[in-house]
Amino acid sequence: MEGTALRGRLTWQIGTVIELIQETARTRSIVLDLPEWRGHRAGQHVDVRLTADDGYQAQRSYSIASAPEDGHLEITVERLDDGEVSPYLVGELRPGDALELRGPIGGYFVWEASLGGPLLLVAGGSGVVPLRAMLRHHSAIGSTVPMRLLYSARTLDEVIYRDELMKSAEGAIDVRFTLTREQPEGWRGYARRIDRELLAEVAWPVDDRSLVYVCGPTGFVETAAEALVALGHEPGRIRTERFGPS
Amino acid sequence: MDALDGNAIGGMLRSAFGEEMTAATGVCATCGKPNVLAELRVYLRAPGAVGRCRHCGNVVTVLVERHEVTCVDLRGLAHLT
Repeated sequence: MEGTALRGRLTWQIGTVIELIQETARTRSIVLDLPEWRGHRAGQHVDVRLTADDGYQAQRSYSIASAPEDGHLEITVERLDDGEVSPYLVGELRPGDALELRGPIGGYFVWEASLGGPLLLVAGGSGVVPLRAMLRHHSAIGSTVPMRLLYSARTLDEVIYRDELMKSAEGAIDVRFTLTREQPEGWRGYARRIDRELLAEVAWPVDDRSLVYVCGPTGFVETAAEALVALGHEPGRIRTERFGPS
Repeated sequence: MDALDGNAIGGMLRSAFGEEMTAATGVCATCGKPNVLAELRVYLRAPGAVGRCRHCGNVVTVLVERHEVTCVDLRGLAHLT
């Protein structure tokens, strides 16, 4: 039937940009109005497709930054200087512009209340994006599952959602930052790369059988996941998502 | 270059199979070990998206998407559940 999507089929849809939020010098959040959107789960992503005048298409995956309960879909994009898609999304896109995407995608790197916890979220750089959707979802449903976030960034200026995360830290969420390159004066957080020693300090005790989500660049994810397994955490309870320039 | 993982081919898998597949388990035809598809080592820059077994490194999935058509080669998988 014309106009009726096949059940289960993932179709491209057009969103309209309603707001752009500069998060850091290199990252921007894009808030979209999507009339055909049917909801998502925290941790899922979308594929974004750009089409040039000559028909050339480039496609990339971006994590959803908003909670299912938020009114609009939001993605956060980091600009990669040699990228085909991100310079346009971070530098050129304007409110009112149309953006083609499909989703939601993924059923593995997802958290919802039925999965329980306690939760450890480990973020490297813009790997914090899908974890922010989980934090917001956790808050929106009033979950009492203990939640801890360990977020590694190079400098404080590169911390995405800084104000929001600081606010979460004043509430029930245990938020720990580590700044690997440069720390402001009087910095009381960690100042080193995530490794086995740091994870031993921050992770829940092994006996708590915590559920762990690790997202970041490939090398970061491998290091964190291997360290957690070495510390005795169950591989089956560590979910990972890697990203990189593609 | 660094490999990504099977989350990156979630959209292509979904359009090929008509349902969410990243949480599915594929048994490698070479080493016999199971991989959650989200955990495959994925290379997007090859001709097509190549998914390799996380345990032995053999190619288990190749996906090519062009103008709404997805070509799928799963000969490296013994089972998919």
